[in-house]
Amino acid sequence: MKTIGFIIQKEFKQIFRNKGMLPLIFIMPFIQLIILSNAATFEVKNIKFSYVDNDKTAFSRALIDKFVASEYFNVGHPFSSNNEAMAAMQKGNVDAIIEIPTHFERDLTKLKKTSLSVLINAIDGAAAGVENVYINQIVMGFNKNAIAELSQINPAQSGPAISKPASITSIPAFWYNETLNYKTFMVPGILVLLVTMVTLFLSGMNIVREKEIGTLEQINVTPIKKHQFIVGKLLPFWVLGLVLLTIGLIISKLLFDIPILGSLTLMYFYTTIYIFVVLGLGLFISNFTETQQQAMFIAWFFMVIFILMSGLFTPIESMPVWAQNLTEFNPIKYYVEVMRMVMLKGAGLSDIYPQLAKISIYAFVINGLAVWSYKKVS
Amino acid sequence: MKRFIGFVRKEFYHIFRDKRSLFILFGMPIVQILLFGFAITNEINNVDIAILDHSKDVVTKEITNKIAASDYFTVQLIDSESAIESAFQKGKIKAVVNFEKDFGENLIRQNNATVQVITDATEPNTANTISGYTNAIFQKYLLEINQNKTTPYLISIENRMVYNQELKGVFMFVPGVMTIILMLVSAMMTSISIAREKELGTMEILLVSPLKPLQVIVGKVVPYIFLSMSNATIIIVLSIFIFKMPLQGSLFLLGFESVLFILTALALGILISTISDTQQTAMMISMMGLMLPTILLSGFIFPINSMPLPLQIISHAIPAKWFVIILKGVMLKGVGLLILWKETLILLGMTLFFITVSVRKYKIRLE
Repeated sequence: MKTIGFIIQKEFKQIFRNKGMLPLIFIMPFIQLIILSNAATFEVKNIKFSYVDNDKTAFSRALIDKFVASEYFNVGHPFSSNNEAMAAMQKGNVDAIIEIPTHFERDLTKLKKTSLSVLINAIDGAAAGVENVYINQIVMGFNKNAIAELSQINPAQSGPAISKPASITSIPAFWYNETLNYKTFMVPGILVLLVTMVTLFLSGMNIVREKEIGTLEQINVTPIKKHQFIVGKLLPFWVLGLVLLTIGLIISKLLFDIPILGSLTLMYFYTTIYIFVVLGLGLFISNFTETQQQAMFIAWFFMVIFILMSGLFTPIESMPVWAQNLTEFNPIKYYVEVMRMVMLKGAGLSDIYPQLAKISIYAFVINGLAVWSYKKVS
Repeated sequence: MKRFIGFVRKEFYHIFRDKRSLFILFGMPIVQILLFGFAITNEINNVDIAILDHSKDVVTKEITNKIAASDYFTVQLIDSESAIESAFQKGKIKAVVNFEKDFGENLIRQNNATVQVITDATEPNTANTISGYTNAIFQKYLLEINQNKTTPYLISIENRMVYNQELKGVFMFVPGVMTIILMLVSAMMTSISIAREKELGTMEILLVSPLKPLQVIVGKVVPYIFLSMSNATIIIVLSIFIFKMPLQGSLFLLGFESVLFILTALALGILISTISDTQQTAMMISMMGLMLPTILLSGFIFPINSMPLPLQIISHAIPAKWFVIILKGVMLKGVGLLILWKETLILLGMTLFFITVSVRKYKIRLE
């Protein structure tokens, strides 16, 4: 026990003496948390919009005014021709264009129908879909008013012959997050990523660093036992992870006003086991590499996969089945799920039982492998 | 010059003798682009939703069938309001479509019926999309039953999805994944190069050699240019042949821009290397410092236009953002330098800036 204490003391000293590292561990993650949590939104706003108005009547201008009034669109300078508009789209100056045909108003009043063409830059397919819906909504609203006005002017033509079309009122209800505030969703997730990155990178490079510099040999010839060494190496980072999580939670609460509905104890209990998984992974990487460079690349490789396949930024359900099966091995996935369930939905121990069971098995297996593969002999 | 070549040769030896690193460097990007190209998409499909049908008539059955038939949703039935809460808490379903009592009758007699779409909005993006998609299914159903009632004065909308008619997610994500892999691999490789010499003590030998700082810095970058270029080639070939990304613009321009971007990333790595004392510091800066900002602020997953203004300004400083614009321009829009000159100049400027600062910061004395 005393031996472990000394190793832990040594590790903490090494962490706190490296002045270049301290801001990277204790400041950079939180700056990122504060800044980047604002970035991760799929909301489509400020759409770069413009139009080609070949009709140039009060009526067509009224339609354009609807777009100007909408909060979703930034209406730019009008184009005089379709070609000019396309050129602007190629340059990336505009993402959505509507083209109002000549005789737009006349056709609608006389022929009782007319059409508009809409061009959307669809490289970002999902955003293009949303832009299309917004444009349709505005045009349909405008159309509805026009129908009402025109029917009043020419009551004889419309008359009772037209029966009112059936409609379905769909009332959306957004539970747990009525205002669709995506920060509620992103802040806990990004916090997880940051805590994981710091602990994984530090633990992954730790032992291999001693190997590279040659100090590992000195430790190997001391009477320190294998388990003492490993516990001594992992505990400081485990404490570090919990400290980072605590600071992050305080920031989320104060700055972003993230609700914490569930029990904090449960969350910390889960985190405790989770960090063991991450540290086990780091140790495992450390054992199988010879230089910090190799350790870094492997840690990076897994980290990017864990991040992008965690369901934090893109939905897991949309992945092909084989990829969904792969995410079963992603500890971040479970952690993101649990954080959300406990913090935002107030889930209890019985709700997160499957995740807890999986992560415990994970922790057991990965640490077992890591200890087994660590050799005191080089 | 001869000294410089000797130095570059030493660097090459270092890299090629470390077989394991080399294997990692080439193997990882390939695995990642294959994995992410297939797996990452923000399209919504196969979302589990539940139907709570208080009406159980022909109309609700028909609408339920339509929802079940769409690729977006996998449908299950629940029979009471109280089941919703626990299903959400367990994370089993993402939404509930709640038909009111006498839904079908209301629709036929009163021309209007009400349905509630309850979504689990802890994931607001998904919630919003689900709500939109279900609404689209209702509207489509209405269109079918309203067919014989035509409205006069109708403005019809013909839309065209330019550059990506089928709204494929691949067109958005493959350029992004390419950018992230090139940026991080390149920056990480050089970021530890000088820090490593410092840590292992060989820096002293370099300092007493007649090599000038600029020579050391350029010499460190040169071998990695070749490595990164082969990485870039593999990634581009994979994205064209496996992910069927079109190449509308010139291959030559694509190659040139890729080299430029690689140089920017390598130069940034060198800059990190000159300012950090240990490899660990260098890695933390290049991995922690670059990974999330590059993923989030490059416009690869989240549209930059929708971000708050301060973030839009910060995103200008992310080299990856400009390369994503260039890649999409050359590959999907087929535009040339005439349009992309601004982005190209920015990357060029950044590269020169990073190199200059590195040379300035390069200490020719030990502490």
